[in-house]
Parts: sequence; structure tokens; C-alpha cells
Amino acid sequence: MSSDTAVEYEVAQGRSKSFYPRFERKDELQHQTHYCPGCGHGVVHKMLARAIDELGIQDRTILVGPVGCSVFTYYYFDLGNVQAAHGRAPAVSTALKRSRPESIVISYQGDGDLSAIGAAEILHAANRGENITVIFVNNAIYSMTGGQAAPTTLLGQKSTTTPEGRSALGEGYPLHESELLATLEAPVYIERVGLGDNKQIAQAARAIRRAVENQVRGLGFSLVEVLSPCPTIWKMQPVEAQHWVRDVMEKTFPLGVLRDRTREAQPRPAPATPPALEEIPRLLGLEHGERLVKDERQVLNLAGNGSALKRTGERARAAEVDLEVRIAGFGGQGVLLLGEVLAEAGLESGLEVSWLPSYGPEMRSGTSNCHVRLASQSIDSPLVSAPGILVAMNEPSLRKFDRTVRPGGWVIYNGEEFPADCVRPDVRVVALPFTKIAHELGDARASNMIMLGVLLEIAGVLPDASVAAALRRLVRNPRWVELDERAMAGGRARYREMFAEVHA
Amino acid sequence: MRKQLMKGNEAIVKSAILAGCRAFYGYPITPASEITETAALYMPKCGGVFVQAESEVAAINMLYGASAAGVRAMTASSGPGISLMQEGISYMAGAELPCVIADVMRGGPGLGNINSEQGDYNQVVKGGGHGNYHTLVLAPHSVQEMADLTALAFELADRYRNPVFVLADGFVGQMMEPVEFPEQAVAAPTPHWAVTGTAETRSNVINSLHMGADELETHVLELEKKYRLAEQREARAEDWFTDDAEIVLVGYGIVGRILKAVTAEARAAGIKVGLLRPITLYPFPVERFRRLLPRAKLFVVVEMSNGQLLDDVRLALNGARPVEFLSRMGGNVPSHEDVYRFVRERAHALKTAAGAEEERLAHV
Repeated sequence: MSSDTAVEYEVAQGRSKSFYPRFERKDELQHQTHYCPGCGHGVVHKMLARAIDELGIQDRTILVGPVGCSVFTYYYFDLGNVQAAHGRAPAVSTALKRSRPESIVISYQGDGDLSAIGAAEILHAANRGENITVIFVNNAIYSMTGGQAAPTTLLGQKSTTTPEGRSALGEGYPLHESELLATLEAPVYIERVGLGDNKQIAQAARAIRRAVENQVRGLGFSLVEVLSPCPTIWKMQPVEAQHWVRDVMEKTFPLGVLRDRTREAQPRPAPATPPALEEIPRLLGLEHGERLVKDERQVLNLAGNGSALKRTGERARAAEVDLEVRIAGFGGQGVLLLGEVLAEAGLESGLEVSWLPSYGPEMRSGTSNCHVRLASQSIDSPLVSAPGILVAMNEPSLRKFDRTVRPGGWVIYNGEEFPADCVRPDVRVVALPFTKIAHELGDARASNMIMLGVLLEIAGVLPDASVAAALRRLVRNPRWVELDERAMAGGRARYREMFAEVHA
Repeated sequence: MRKQLMKGNEAIVKSAILAGCRAFYGYPITPASEITETAALYMPKCGGVFVQAESEVAAINMLYGASAAGVRAMTASSGPGISLMQEGISYMAGAELPCVIADVMRGGPGLGNINSEQGDYNQVVKGGGHGNYHTLVLAPHSVQEMADLTALAFELADRYRNPVFVLADGFVGQMMEPVEFPEQAVAAPTPHWAVTGTAETRSNVINSLHMGADELETHVLELEKKYRLAEQREARAEDWFTDDAEIVLVGYGIVGRILKAVTAEARAAGIKVGLLRPITLYPFPVERFRRLLPRAKLFVVVEMSNGQLLDDVRLALNGARPVEFLSRMGGNVPSHEDVYRFVRERAHALKTAAGAEEERLAHV
């Protein structure tokens, strides 16, 4: 044939630009794909490539390939390619699209990938209405692994794992993934098409193009399910397999549009412009500037009882302040907040601090406790196993921790009567009905702050201004700030009354 | 910048955003949930993406997508969730995708409990997923380190194109300490290999599939080169009074803090004790152990798990010194009093029996 005669032929359907000129998958046969004769994937690939060409989005498109026969999409499509784990393509696609909203993300999956192992990922991507396009190739079988049953395998259909044919009793019914997804609110477009004859193929091409175009228009989640022949695994001739799609498969999986909201769907708003880099620290609530008090020497009243709370002799490094506090009570008594105000006030005063809570279900019922340390040296362990001060907001908490209080330490106990069997000669006690006192002040819930007032008097190391600043930082409601301040003042006054003689 | 009192779990997120992280995908689990909650609050404000995934399986695969798109991305979980993420972590290591994963450990196995433990060591440090790979693992022992090591984790993840773990425990995640952040936020450049949906990146492929035997072996050997480089360059540890230490305590995370208290007490009592605290668990700071051999007579590993760190210490010492072991589990913590008592007894034994005894392995 001379070169002149070639011009007499018109190429009706040339190679799409979105395909590579040569396919490196096969060393010697680079004009071929790895797909078997009569396989539907090649046809679907062509339709997808053509849609991308027609929409002019080749540079913007990212194709997420699955695990299965179509695992090698990156050998064929001249697009940005991301290969995903089995069933996870919708999760991978979600993140690609969210981080690169200008891109067009296409998730290509088979029926085992999408409807079995990836059932959760497709359901939730669809339910979130991710603005992605999903091509779902359904051949009712696991082909790449050699013909095991899929959720989509037809009743009676034989596979290597349903050798007698799928039975509803044993394996359940074929899963209608598209119908399932069409029950969700968010998807914009779901259609099932087939490759059973030329008419079906033409409709499939239209549907795939629409599903991609919807994303270009920013409308939201689109999915096209393609009933596709697998002659090799079905053990049929290619033509026979194509007929089987049309005559048998389609009876279980009827073709048609299951969801179409492309007319009413509004294009998604463009993502907001990200803030300038300089704005980030402020947006994170990270404050500039210094604490109220910078130089700890100005503020530490070391003449107070704080000195009595220092660990005696066993610490290697001498510490001016080394306050170890355990606070315990019922969940809801403000145990953790008491500790937080104390720690925050310590930090405000230029001390090293740590606060460590019990956490989890205990917060919702039962007991709650936290460890607080304030020290002028860096804090080694934030765990307080032998507190200098124990704040016990109820009797179970007292009994849990009273033996751990170090000799010379204090117990602040919420109760009129201090249990006789908890009395220790080497520990001082402030036992008062703090809940009742708080109730008289205006709200029983302020009992924690009255106890904090007592604690602050005992510790004697934190300036009032630091405590006030800490309280305002942690308690936003002005009414509560006022009440808490009165409560703390009340606690301080009670302590001074009780120990007036000692101080005199 | 002014020091602020905050939880370790909160510090991780703020540090991540300052380090240029703009994608967070997570699933709630105690005691790591505050990380996901904090990310939900701040990530969108700072121009990033936040999605609460349907599972940890989905979350890690979303990280795969975000990282493929060239964005600094992170997730956070605890034991059971990390188990579910192992598939995706293996894929990310195989596809050479950087990401940061925070594991705030709780009690196991199974549902275990929600208390602080260190039982995820093996599944994180040894690579709990399938195949020939490692993850780099950083182990903070304070809220400040939660911030600092998270920022470092993003640097290392990008440098080695590999997932990096911040392996914390429930205590370090839940406790509040003052923390200071850098004044400036960092903008992470888009890596050249990413798939971003542009003409320039169209030929890029993110993939962990290598069908040929030679092809896959070559790939794995390339990964190995990276790991050898990381072993040479990135191993970190803190020495704490180890210069003349005869008994070297070894522990990471919250245990490191307890061991500092023990060291202080022991030193005050005239016992030559020091602490070697691994900060990177992979690469393991092997040289830092060997450096102590001239003076060290005994190593004591303390962990909140069943001897997982112990194995690495033994490998590092290769039989050169006895290694003893002390552990609490289930949410119990080795108190510094318990550890101190153990150390005092061992110090006494060293003087009298000079190490003739068998190694002691104890659950307090």
C-alpha cells in the first residue's frame, strides 16, 4: 500500500490524547493493553479518555486506580496517576480533591474493590457528596484473583468460591450498590449502564462524559456503574459474554438513571482564600507578649507555708518552691478546673507547672482526680504520688489518697466531720462543709473555688494578681468569675480564721 | 512567644499547623480524641482540610491522597485505630509518601482499656504493616516535646519521603504543661513528585506496585538506603546524668519523666545513676548506648509494656552488659518510689555480688 492510499481512509476514532502513545506495561507489545480479548475495561478506558479529551481537562485530571484487573491504569492514561489500596480509592480521591479542588479526580473501581472491601469508603464518600467521579466496573466476579464470588455475583452463578452456584441462603443476594447509594441525599448523579450491545455502549459513553462533566461544573458526587463482560473468567467467547451482559446480567442489575440532580444542583462555592502565613499564630490563639509577672523572685512569698511543703532532703536539686498537689472528687465537682486554675496561676507567676488528669469514663461518672505541680525548678515527673496537699472533695477520694500525703502535708477535706480513722498525726487538716458554704455564697458548684482559696493560703506562693488572671483566662462567664472570686476570698478567710493563732 | 498551658494533644495540632500541615483526617478514640477535635477547630480556619473519616482505615487512605497531592498531612489515633491504619501505612511507605501519625497509646491488647500504656511499641517501631519498610518514630516526654517533635516529624517525613510517628502515651497526651511555639508559621513547598492536577505534574505516578521480582527488590533496596541514612543521621536520645553512671535507666515518654525523678533521688543518695532516654525509637540510638559502656555496669529498662523496648536495648548492647527490666501495665504507672527501690537494691547488689546474679526481669 502506498502512502497515497492512506489518506483515503478517515480515522473515525483515533487514539485519545489522554492515553499514552505507547503502553509500557507489555515489553514487546506496546500497542496493546494487558486486558483479555473482549474485556470491558478497554472500552470503558476509551470512553473515559475521550470524555477527558472533549472536556479539555487532561492536565487537571487525577486518576485513582484500584486493585483488580484495572490496577495498571497508570500505564495507559496520560494523566496524574495515583494507585490506591484495595477498596480505598474513594478515600484517596476525597483527600486529593479536597486538597486540590481545581483538579478533576476520577476514582476507577471494580465490583470487588468497590462493593466488598471498599463498601464503607464508597458509601461515606457518596454520603459526604465528595465532588468526585466514580467509574464502577461491575463484572459480577473477582477476575484478577481467578474468579471468586463478588457481592455482585448473580444467584446461581458459579465461581471458584461458589462452585455450586451462588445461593441466597449461603451468600445472600447480589448487592445493588448503585441503588443503595441512590438512597443517600448527597449524590448528584448515579446511572447504571451496560456494554451489552452498541446501543448500550453509546449510552455508557454519554453517562461517563456526564459524570465527569458534573465534576467540572462543581456539582458533586457522580457515579456510573458499567455492567461489563469478563469472557475469560466467565469462560465464554467475547461475543457470548457481551450477550450475557445484555440478556442475563441486566435482569439482576437493570440499566437506567438512579439519581439525577444535575439540574437543581448548585455549583459548590470556591474554597475560601487561605489566610496569610503571618496570621496563623493568631488564628491558633497563640498570644504574644509576656506574663503578668516575669521575675519569680518578686512574687514568691517564701515565708509562707509553702516552705513546709518542700520535699525534705530527698531531692537532688534545692527548690525554692516545689508544690505537689493531688485533687480528687466526684466528676462534676470541678476537680479538673480547680487544678487548672492552680496550674495557670503558677505559670502566670513564672513558675514551672504541670497538670495531669485522670481521663476517660471517669469524667462522666464516679471519681475524678488530677495531679498538679508548681515548682521554681523544671519539673521532672508530673505524676504526684506523694502530695504535699491533698484536696479531697468527698470521702471516697479522701480514703483513696489520704495515706499518700507526705509527712508535714495538708488535707483539705469537703465535710463537716473528718473521719476519725483517717486522722494522721503528721498531716494537718482543714475539714469544712465546702458545698454548704458554697451554697450559702450563691451556688454549691463554687465549692471547688472555696477549697482553692484555702489551698492558696496554705501554699502561700502565688500572688493574687496571678490567680485572678488565671481565673479570667479559664472562666469566660463574668457571672461565674465574680462568684468564683468571692468563693476563693471566702476560702482564704475561713483558713485565716482557723489558723489565726498559728499566724499570730 | 508567650508560654501557654495546654494539653499535649492540643500542642501537637498547633505545632503541625505552624509546620505547614494543611490536612487532617482522623477518627476519634480515647485518649487521642482531643487531637482530632483541635484539628477540627483550627485546620479550616488556617486554610487546611479537616475530615472526620468513617474509620481509621479510611483516615490513613485519605492521608495517602493528601500526601499524594503534595500536602503536609497528619492523623492521630491510639492502639486499636493504629492497628487499622497499618495497611495504609505500609502503602505509604511503599509509595514513599510522607505523613505524620500521632499515636497516643492506651492499654491493650484488644479493647484493652483507655489508660496510659506503651504497648504499641512493637506495632509502631517494628512496622506493624506488611512488607519491608520502617516508620521513623519520635517519642515525646513533655508537652513541649509534643510540639517540637511534631514539627521535626514533618521535616523528617519530607526528607525521607516516609511516614513518621509521634509515639506518645495517654499521660503525655492528656497532661497540660507550658509550651512555647515558634513565632513564625512555615509554608511547606509542594514536592516535585506530587500529583496536583497540573500540566507540570501530569507525568507523576504515586504507586507501590512493582510487578517484576528485580523491580521490587530494587525498590526495597532503595528504601533500605534511606533507612540506613536515617540510622546514621537521625538517631536522638537525651543523656541525663549518664557521664559517670554505673546504673543506666532506660525509658521513653512519661516513663522518662519518672526516671528523671528517680535519678534525682538516687543521686542525692550517692548512687551513680543516669537516664538514657531514647527520643527516636526508630532509628534506635544504638551508638548512644555503646558510648556508655566504659562506665555502665547495668542497664535497667522501665516501660509500661511487656518488654518491647527491652528487646531493642538488648540488641543495642548485644550482650555487653546485663539488662534488667521493670514494668507496669494496664494503666498502672511505675512510681518513682518503686523504681527507686529497685535501683537501690541493684546498686547494693552491684557492690556486693558485682553482677554475678542473673538478670532481673520484674513486673512491679
